[in-house]
Amino acid sequence: MSTADLLADAVCKRFGAHLAVDSLSFSVERGSFFSILGPSGCGKTTLLRMIAGFIAPDSGDISIGGASMRGVAPNRRPVNMVFQQLALFPMMSVGENVEFGLARRGLARAERTRRSHAMLERVGLGGAAGKRVDELSGGQRQRVAIARSLVLEPALLLLDEPLGALDLKLREHMKIELKQLQAAFGTTFVYITHDQSEALVLSDQVGVMSHGRFEQLGTPQDLYYRPRTPFVAAFVGANNRIVGRVTSLDRACVELTTADGWAVRAAAQGSVAVGDPVEGFVRPEIVSLARAPAELPAGHPVHAGEVESLLFDGANSAVLLKEERTRREFRIALPQTGRFSDLKPREKVLFSFDPERAACFPARPGAAGLDDSRGRP
Amino acid sequence: MIGAAAGPRWQGRLGLGLLLAPAVLWLGALIVLPHVDLAVLSLRERVGPRHYVASLAQYRTFFTEPLYWRVFVRTAVMSLLATFLTLLLAFPIAWIIAKLARGRWSSLLFILCLIPFWVSETVRTLGWMILLRESGVLPSLLVKLGITRTPVELLYHDATIMVGLIYTSLLFMVIPLVSSLESLDNALIEAAYDLGAGGPTVLRTIVIPHAAPGITAGCIVVFMLTLGNYITPTLLGGKDSQWFTEQIYNEFIVRFNWEQGAAFGFLLLALSTAMVIVGLKLAGQRFGDVMRRT
Repeated sequence: MSTADLLADAVCKRFGAHLAVDSLSFSVERGSFFSILGPSGCGKTTLLRMIAGFIAPDSGDISIGGASMRGVAPNRRPVNMVFQQLALFPMMSVGENVEFGLARRGLARAERTRRSHAMLERVGLGGAAGKRVDELSGGQRQRVAIARSLVLEPALLLLDEPLGALDLKLREHMKIELKQLQAAFGTTFVYITHDQSEALVLSDQVGVMSHGRFEQLGTPQDLYYRPRTPFVAAFVGANNRIVGRVTSLDRACVELTTADGWAVRAAAQGSVAVGDPVEGFVRPEIVSLARAPAELPAGHPVHAGEVESLLFDGANSAVLLKEERTRREFRIALPQTGRFSDLKPREKVLFSFDPERAACFPARPGAAGLDDSRGRP
Repeated sequence: MIGAAAGPRWQGRLGLGLLLAPAVLWLGALIVLPHVDLAVLSLRERVGPRHYVASLAQYRTFFTEPLYWRVFVRTAVMSLLATFLTLLLAFPIAWIIAKLARGRWSSLLFILCLIPFWVSETVRTLGWMILLRESGVLPSLLVKLGITRTPVELLYHDATIMVGLIYTSLLFMVIPLVSSLESLDNALIEAAYDLGAGGPTVLRTIVIPHAAPGITAGCIVVFMLTLGNYITPTLLGGKDSQWFTEQIYNEFIVRFNWEQGAAFGFLLLALSTAMVIVGLKLAGQRFGDVMRRT
């Protein structure tokens, strides 16, 4: 593909007996925002450091802007990185930080100053060039770190969980700012994070990574609505996970029954047969809640439960139920109309969901909860 | 200090005073008082048996007798050179201990730097003499290897003094350097590489500015130790070592001219103070910041 800024071809990296990155191939289109999402220890940092050039892959190749990066040192790559702790140089002023890379390219002082001032202006820090790094707030430092990289006009900007050190409010704010910066500069961003909300909000494409491989690569909508593996279904967004064995099969829907006898219907993903261990996933927001059977949409299996607790969180409020017979936890998003805001703990309710919108996967080897009597929300 | 917050103010003061008392007594009795006495000594002149008058004659002698101030300048220059060479040698060692060696290796290397100090300086220096004297280990090895035809005298050279001084000072340079390099975040080095810098640029723009207080602290300590060293230059340099501390020793012990010796002592004190001030100015460091790093 000619429009790919980053191309990874069967990249492998092994640390001793641990395979950190397992023959990974993918491409990132020019000007897009690409996220690598995964839990800690999944190999995403190793992958990023290989792209930056701090680690060499054992096999496979990484090309940036069409040129192979094999044997190219980090200071010779058209790539810049925003570090997790930002790594601004404390011995230099803000302006000197931004000029650092330009000076390494041998630009004259006047030109360096002009470009760094222009860049600081663009990230909303005009006039901060003379300040010391420790005089800035967390969000301002973030912008200096990005400005320091973008002033070099790299083909690729790598971001290593740059929002991890910020508090929640600032993180939400910086998320929007990052997205706007990326749109304004048009630089290809490769962003790694373990925070699924960051990945979903920011990205054009997300690779969900686990054990050195991509479980799924797609748009945020794909990952959320059409997860292809149980790992992605469990990792991206909130989900009710129900583990059991297939008890009956028709067309595209299966009935899975838990070890303690709760039967749930869901759409089969991949090939499953009667008796197979499976994992079912039901998103909290596809479930309808009712006090009387007539209030529920017709044609879907009805389940009964008892309110355990109300989890009020504004627009993200939910109710935590116990399924009536098995006492398994089940989470349901509350409608925004405030209709069920008067629910009380221990109240009996009914719930149902469209089995077509719930997903059922062949169980992963060693998946927790198969013979466990309690489920997980 | 215990109970200082609860009790009246004078109790807190008393507690603080008592805690500081041993150190204050120590400093007063063993450092300040003798120096006051030496200052008085240095400012008088013997005009007859048991008859002294106040005068600047001792200091005048220093400036009118070329031997004295030549030795003085030589000691200062050699000490500066020893400090610089120690820094050059200690920096890679400190870098390996702080950045490259992991866990046990790092402490092992540290202990290797410390081990020579388990032996007293005199014994250590005598050990050097056994190795270096004409009939010693190294000259006979050189003959055996066919590098020299006859054993050469390796003692009593300026270079020998230098080797001995650096050996004695190394640890005092390594310690502050390790602590200042350890506090350098590796991400800063990686970030500099990532922004296009090469090794020498990273050293110049990131590592040295960060380690500057540690470098200054190490240099001050090593310079003072070297300038005031007596055993190493005397034993390794012999009669011709021409170290200023040796002059002071001679005035006090050999010539029994305490007045002259005291004046030399104060000149040495003034020299080391002046050098430290100039060094701090050149490095752009403040004394308090530097001492906090050691």
